[in-house]
Amino acid sequence: MSELIFEERADQIHVKGEGPFKLACNRESLAGAVSQRACVFCGSRVVLYPIADALHLVHGPIGCAAYTWDIRGALSSGPELHRLSFSTDLQETDVIFGGEKKLEAALLELIDRHAPKAAFVYSTCIVGIIGDDLQAVCKKVSAAKGIPVIPVQSEGFKGNKREGYLAACKAMFTLMGTGDTSDIGPLSLNILGDFNLAGEIWIIRDYFRRMGIETVANITGDGRVGDIARAHGAALNVVQCSGSTMDLAKMMKEKFGIPFVKVSYFGIEDMAEALYTVARFFKDKDPNMLERTQELVREELAVLYPRLQELRRDLEGKKAAIYVGGAFKAFSLIKAFRHLGMSVVIAGSQTGTEEDYEELAQICDPGTIIVDDANPLELSAFLKEKDVDIFVGGVKERPIAYKLGVGFCDHNHERKEALEGFVGMVNFALEVHRTVMSPVWRFVPRRAGNRPDASLACGSVEERS
Amino acid sequence: MSITEIDPLETPAPAPATAGPKPIKPKAEPFVSTTNACKLCKPLGATLVFKGIEGGVPFLHGSQGCATYMRRYIISHFREPMDIASSSLGEKQAIYGGAANLKKGLLTVMDKYGAGLIGVATTCLTETIGDDVPGALLEFRREFADLELAPVVNVSTPSYSGSHMEGFTAAVRAVADQLVRTGLKTDAVNCFPGFVSCEDLRHLKDVFAAFELPVTLLPDYSETLDGPALEDYEKITSGGTPVKALEAMGGAPASFEFGATLPPPGEAGTAGGLLAARHGVPLHRMGLPIGLRESDAFFQALETVSCRPTPRRHALERGRLLDAFVDGHKYVAQKRCVLYGEEDLLVGLTSFMAEIGVIPVLVAGGGRSGRLKDAVHAACEGLVPEMPEVAEGVDFYDIADKARELAPDLFLGHSKGYRLARELNVPLIRVGFPIHDRFGGHRTRHLCYQGALDLLDRVVNAMIEKKQTDSDIGYGYI
Repeated sequence: MSELIFEERADQIHVKGEGPFKLACNRESLAGAVSQRACVFCGSRVVLYPIADALHLVHGPIGCAAYTWDIRGALSSGPELHRLSFSTDLQETDVIFGGEKKLEAALLELIDRHAPKAAFVYSTCIVGIIGDDLQAVCKKVSAAKGIPVIPVQSEGFKGNKREGYLAACKAMFTLMGTGDTSDIGPLSLNILGDFNLAGEIWIIRDYFRRMGIETVANITGDGRVGDIARAHGAALNVVQCSGSTMDLAKMMKEKFGIPFVKVSYFGIEDMAEALYTVARFFKDKDPNMLERTQELVREELAVLYPRLQELRRDLEGKKAAIYVGGAFKAFSLIKAFRHLGMSVVIAGSQTGTEEDYEELAQICDPGTIIVDDANPLELSAFLKEKDVDIFVGGVKERPIAYKLGVGFCDHNHERKEALEGFVGMVNFALEVHRTVMSPVWRFVPRRAGNRPDASLACGSVEERS
Repeated sequence: MSITEIDPLETPAPAPATAGPKPIKPKAEPFVSTTNACKLCKPLGATLVFKGIEGGVPFLHGSQGCATYMRRYIISHFREPMDIASSSLGEKQAIYGGAANLKKGLLTVMDKYGAGLIGVATTCLTETIGDDVPGALLEFRREFADLELAPVVNVSTPSYSGSHMEGFTAAVRAVADQLVRTGLKTDAVNCFPGFVSCEDLRHLKDVFAAFELPVTLLPDYSETLDGPALEDYEKITSGGTPVKALEAMGGAPASFEFGATLPPPGEAGTAGGLLAARHGVPLHRMGLPIGLRESDAFFQALETVSCRPTPRRHALERGRLLDAFVDGHKYVAQKRCVLYGEEDLLVGLTSFMAEIGVIPVLVAGGGRSGRLKDAVHAACEGLVPEMPEVAEGVDFYDIADKARELAPDLFLGHSKGYRLARELNVPLIRVGFPIHDRFGGHRTRHLCYQGALDLLDRVVNAMIEKKQTDSDIGYGYI
């Protein structure tokens, strides 16, 4: 592996096969290292944001709300309150005298204006410092307006995204157990950890519908406060983005006795396995469930497979790098790339846990670089060293790939293409194909060789002819 | 349109109030919340300034999220790497102070990035916990006196006071305040262009070159945030104004400072004012050179400073612009336009729209300089049948409210007005920052005769396209 860039981070990088696997993670980012990570606020905002009939009020100066205004592709089949960006836009006087009054007034006017089913109030760095009593304000407004007004303890500096996920789960959990569950059947589940980017949750719900299963609550893509309030009536929790909603699943298991299963909807095996896992859970209640599920998978694969084979012909042997928010997504991506005949040579995440990385190390090929909480310097060095053909990441990773003359696939919350489900695998393969096979890479300096511009300019006409 | 040459020894007179403004309708209720802000936070502006210095690395003193959010926001517009370092404060530092993390972060950036300059901007967190950044930087210099340290400029940018534009202006001023050394002489004039596009910066450099005036632009991110394809990933993108040039700004023959709503040009206000007061550099303060009259003002100032007539190339550009004004005037005449965005840009754009016969009906900004209305009215004087509504400190909820009443034909502003333009089914000409839903936003040209011509083409074509789209016939010859 290339020379280390940050000695302090040596134990957060591992090359599979070089010594026993051990990776440090869940550590504060190194000051000055330009981490790709976000903050606690970001984590809670990501999780709660897609609840479309709730008011999401950011209590703080304008930046936190402005930078998160409608940047994500979480679609709603009805209300779209989540696409607006609400802030108390704290000013100097509020910081000095406290922002509680402003918060209360803002909540009252916004609730009157939009009649939301609930309100989430996000605490930002500064609120944690000036010590506004969010709980008290929320309680008061809740009593006055008759809707749940829920504080989200998401002060940015209190850790990284993971703490934000937990704060979001705790906030949602306060809604649960309050709704009527009398009409929920025994073949029912909640979808956890899916954010309905580009309508993905609709694809997944449709699979479950075809299997004969009712989805009680989408948590949180295309989410509704009322559904979450009755989510405790479902028979099963299906958790996808486990990093973000596993805490909620555990809380629900403890309080309501709802079992959960961990799945992924990305790629062929993981998507199929997700459906089979659910089918196996319900098979005693419905003996035909497994058969119906097999039929569904067969039908979908019959369409999918030939198209993948076509794309695979071009992609065979190409190399990919993955750097995503949560580590769990990386597992599915590695398998998905294998279907395209491609190998993954770099795999990393912003907030993976010890267990995540161990699992990751197991499915990676020898020589793969595994990295926690990386930064542009490391990522660019790895991409060059492994000479990859495509990098999978988010907005902040894109320019790193492009500057190095490497293809890129957006696999974050801002994407507008559905990548989940069997149809999502086709979309993914098409996107990979579009970027990897583009002719533009032939012309970029890194691929074209350092062809001197002079050869194209004066005096070389004869030589060339 | 105005050029103010400021005698460094005299306090400038306040801008004259203009007559006949239509009063802004007060809000039905005193709303306290903000919905869909028409501004960004103060440190973001500062990071852009530091990115415009050669070897410059922006550094946010605060929690990790601020740097990451601003990075992704800026990357989406420029489609270029934008590395912003952070002191990555956690709970412990929030309680006990962030100085240690700040110093460690600075060392890391100097060591690993090889920074030529680090620009430290504070955030709401570090301002509120009361971190003494200048003090920490002094300590830092003492502690590591044996190392060769890159210069560090710091600016206080609490996000609870002012918008990204105040942060931008403050960072430009901080550079002039902390980096300029006395006793240096230079032939280069200073230019503080404000927050304009990469293409604008390149065009400005061409214009100064045409007058054979060497120029020190602050900031100049025209290359750092719009670089060529290279063989390697650059730790620090090439380009930017050299620190050496910045150090000599106090010995420049003149300063040009653009912005119609900037603070008064005293030492405390802006870079240009500071250099005038402290180093005696004559200041030419004018609006952003957008449209005919503001460009004329700029070129007139260039003629004065360079003692040369406007070069033929730009004189021809001016001529072509006027020719196009005439050719295009009927397509746009009396169309009603809503403008929103950053205040200085707004004033320039309003001035231009008024010149071509479009009626600005609403000029709205999220900033609160207190100077927008006078500047807009001055720009519209004599050209429009009625003064536009001017709204400061508004969000898109307010803008939408007013725009629905005003029935505009056209929007002029950044991407964030898209949903409103779509709702009202009117074209949106994308200008300024951020442009997140179109390609090449950072290559949009707004400045000088050439920029005005580009804008004119886009406005006229938007009107032609609208007419075609709305027509049942589908005219192919308009």
